[in-house]
Amino acid sequence: MTQDQLMDYTQVMERFDPVIGLEVHVELNTVSKMFCSCSTAFGAPPNTQTCPVCLGLPGSLPVVNAKAVESAIRIGLALNCSIATWCRFARKNYFYPDMTKDFQISQYDEPLCFDGEVEVEVDDRPYTIPIERAHMEEDAGKSVHMGGTTGRIQDAAYSLLDYNRAGVPLIEIVTKPVYGTGAEAPEVARAYVSFLRDMIRALGVSDVRMEQGSLRCDANISLMPKGSHTLGTRTETKNLNSLRSIEKALRYEIGRQGAVLAAGGTVKQETRHWREDGEYTWPGRSKEQAEDYRYFPEPDLVPIAPGRDWVEQLRATIPEVPAVRLARLRETWGFSPMELRDAVAAEAVDLIESTVAAGCAPQAARKWWMTELLRRANADNLSLDQLTITGLQVAQVQGLIDQGVLSDKLARQVMDAVLAGEGSPEEIVAVRGLSLVSDSAALHDVVAAVIADNPDVAAKIRDGKVQAVGALIGAVMSKMSGKADAAKVREMLMSMLSE
Amino acid sequence: MSTLIHESAHRLAEMMAVGDITCEEVTRAHLERITEAEDQIHAFLYVDADRAMDTSRRVDAKRRSGEPMGPLAGVPIGVKDVFTYAGAPTTCASKILEGWHPPYTATVVQRMIDADMVIVGKTNMDEFAMGSSTENSAYGPTHNPWALDRIPGGSGGGSAAALAGFEVPLSVGSDTGGSIRQPAAVTGTVGVKPTYGSSSRYGLVAMASSLDQPGPCARNVLDAALLHQVMSGHDPKDSTSIDASGPDVVTAARSRDVTGMKIGVVKEFGGEGYAPGVERSFREAVAGLASAGAEIVEVSCPHFPAALGAYYLIMPSEVSSNLARFDAMRYGLRVGDDGTTSAEQVMRLSRGAGFGAEVKRRIILGTYALSSGYYDAYYGSAQKVRTLVIQDFSNAFCQVDVLVSPTTPTTAFKLGERIDDPMAMYKADLCTIPSNLAGNVSASFPAGLSAEDGLPVGFQVMAPPMRDDLVYRVGSGLEALLEDRWGGPLWTLMKEEGR
Repeated sequence: MTQDQLMDYTQVMERFDPVIGLEVHVELNTVSKMFCSCSTAFGAPPNTQTCPVCLGLPGSLPVVNAKAVESAIRIGLALNCSIATWCRFARKNYFYPDMTKDFQISQYDEPLCFDGEVEVEVDDRPYTIPIERAHMEEDAGKSVHMGGTTGRIQDAAYSLLDYNRAGVPLIEIVTKPVYGTGAEAPEVARAYVSFLRDMIRALGVSDVRMEQGSLRCDANISLMPKGSHTLGTRTETKNLNSLRSIEKALRYEIGRQGAVLAAGGTVKQETRHWREDGEYTWPGRSKEQAEDYRYFPEPDLVPIAPGRDWVEQLRATIPEVPAVRLARLRETWGFSPMELRDAVAAEAVDLIESTVAAGCAPQAARKWWMTELLRRANADNLSLDQLTITGLQVAQVQGLIDQGVLSDKLARQVMDAVLAGEGSPEEIVAVRGLSLVSDSAALHDVVAAVIADNPDVAAKIRDGKVQAVGALIGAVMSKMSGKADAAKVREMLMSMLSE
Repeated sequence: MSTLIHESAHRLAEMMAVGDITCEEVTRAHLERITEAEDQIHAFLYVDADRAMDTSRRVDAKRRSGEPMGPLAGVPIGVKDVFTYAGAPTTCASKILEGWHPPYTATVVQRMIDADMVIVGKTNMDEFAMGSSTENSAYGPTHNPWALDRIPGGSGGGSAAALAGFEVPLSVGSDTGGSIRQPAAVTGTVGVKPTYGSSSRYGLVAMASSLDQPGPCARNVLDAALLHQVMSGHDPKDSTSIDASGPDVVTAARSRDVTGMKIGVVKEFGGEGYAPGVERSFREAVAGLASAGAEIVEVSCPHFPAALGAYYLIMPSEVSSNLARFDAMRYGLRVGDDGTTSAEQVMRLSRGAGFGAEVKRRIILGTYALSSGYYDAYYGSAQKVRTLVIQDFSNAFCQVDVLVSPTTPTTAFKLGERIDDPMAMYKADLCTIPSNLAGNVSASFPAGLSAEDGLPVGFQVMAPPMRDDLVYRVGSGLEALLEDRWGGPLWTLMKEEGR
């Protein structure tokens, strides 16, 4: 348990300015690894996705995955970075059992992407986050510590190694120190990582799932006495598995460092770990003596020199900033903030967009995806995009309603049939004979028969009790097995009863 | 003993092609010679007799079926134990890899297999190719067939001695600072370090990645060229492999004509430290080339004397990183894993027990040279010297077609003579190192026997990158000239008991 003294947050802010810095690792979703052709798929049995190269066997050599370079450049461009005309990989040397070569192929003083910036908003106030660099590197394998009570190496009896992850391409995105965020520092950090997650997802280059580790964040923070221009000693907090924990951990560190400094103490430069259970940070290894990684240019790889034409082609593929896009869509679609927020949360925005693009009214598209289809997805424990129905098909169903071919009830049956893989909406309507009967001649006999069968009800309506018509409509619909246009039936009943 | 063992590789191939002899006979003759000579020479760490005989029978069957065969089909070959060959152990002459059976085959070895050559075994070497005498082998030294109390050179002493001892007509080596050429020089054989990138390093256990290059070893120039052709060519598994077809070395090796060539004698390689017998044989060879129609000029390469120092910073730096992977976690020797030790302790104990003194010396040297605060002074300065050496070559090749020098300052020294004096040992590579730093092609050819001690002297020829044909042309001219003088190949001057 923590023994840390915490200073009141507002008191800290009266005396100090927090300075934050964020290091984010993004696992790319390339089909194969950074330097070999092994699969990167998550969750395979241990050590089944390995080869001499990612196992670092003697004599094996790395070959760069061009797709990973492309993804890295696209991330760099999305962060408004400059793209190096020439850069090299470097070896980061350290011994650890999950590193098959006991060095990591990374980049050192020649990153692929550098000097960018992005803007994030907190409470409608914009903050500029300066980006130092975004570089390529390979992931390590995974150690599983066995026989202890905590799952940590300290009390493990032995450890098992899984190298499936070894060599999976990573992009490390490092900010410059971010000044001037004041009391909003934790929220700004959260907004920045949230921005990265949305942007990288929009780029389609990573799953960016924090809980699966495909987006990992280390948060640095230090406190600078107000009026000073000298940076304080920073700590680096790891094990931040959610946006929420980034914000909470920084808030905690501000309180902790504030208390240390206010008591005349000094902050120790160290790595700390966020304890999700108790919501506090805990010191890891000390960083007072910086580790010497003995970086040098990787001699097994040739330099990367992305052609300017290629970079410009990639620039053309960079999507709109997600927040800007959402604001635009909300406006065009006329959604309420709540409606848009729900659509974002349900990951329905792209689907609604494709439905609208196929000719459907935005509110109708939203209604289908956020009610009927979301209910079906939840029932089957699927995400919306896993449903076997496209935006075009949803738009087609809505089109059939608008034409009066389908009622809402019939439309739901068609939707189910599409989901069951029975074909396109029009095919299903044709095959199942689901279209409404709105032909007056065909309806006339049924309506007349229903009036004749229910003289009491007919009399009430003739006497002015118009609401009683519902019973007659129901009787007609029942005789027509629901395949009648209710509005048409009502119109016909009223007209015949007034004759 | 069958006289087949004295035949050249190309003659054996011809005899097999016309059906005078079978591959089985050729392989059996060499295996018998190996059985007879190994007690004294110890050129092999592993003899793969059964597989070699199986291969021979398959090659004979293939030939009988009328399929087209390559120019070296059926020729036995020894492979330096630094290349992986699935189905046989690869030790790099180190205890740390004892018992390791690689699951994959090096590209150059695979090319020999595809060319229907017969791999008879793995040859001895200095541990991880570090040394100039083969005395650093963890499995005992190789002896020079010309004088059994002498070193066969190193690191590829096994590959050279196997040729000089008639155990195989061809072998393959790797050259990082002279490991093919210096053994060739002291055993009176031919050894070529091709242009960096012309033969694949995939499956060559790395010593210093930016310097290592596989190359052919033979008893005559044409045999070397034929093997060169089999080995070389682009390999997508090696990023530093050159994606262009190399020059026609075989035609060059058949030319036996140096008329009109401009040959530069490196001014800096001679005088103090060079054995008079070596200098005399070298001068006689140069005079011979002049009389055969070459133009001889003296060329100064002022930075060549600094190459040795630069090499002993760059090479150990890469060694310290390349050899990190031998950490006992995945393969090879594991010491001290008794259930109480940590992974780090097991790494330490295993590396302590598994590496020999010279390997440890270079790892320590390289770790130091790459350390923070020393990097610029050591690794950085050495890279600058490397650039200057490249400039020396460029300037020289503006004036001449090739550069020549003695391959090594002395003839074969006695086993044990320099083992406690690393600097004396390192000086054996004084003349060969510049071409590793610059990446250009360089070869050693027999220049005769020293008048001082009757031991072979090597003649080094260096040519621009991708002009490997030029060294073969000079080599073949020199060979024609000297064989006239000797009345046959140099080995015919060997004492009867050596053959």
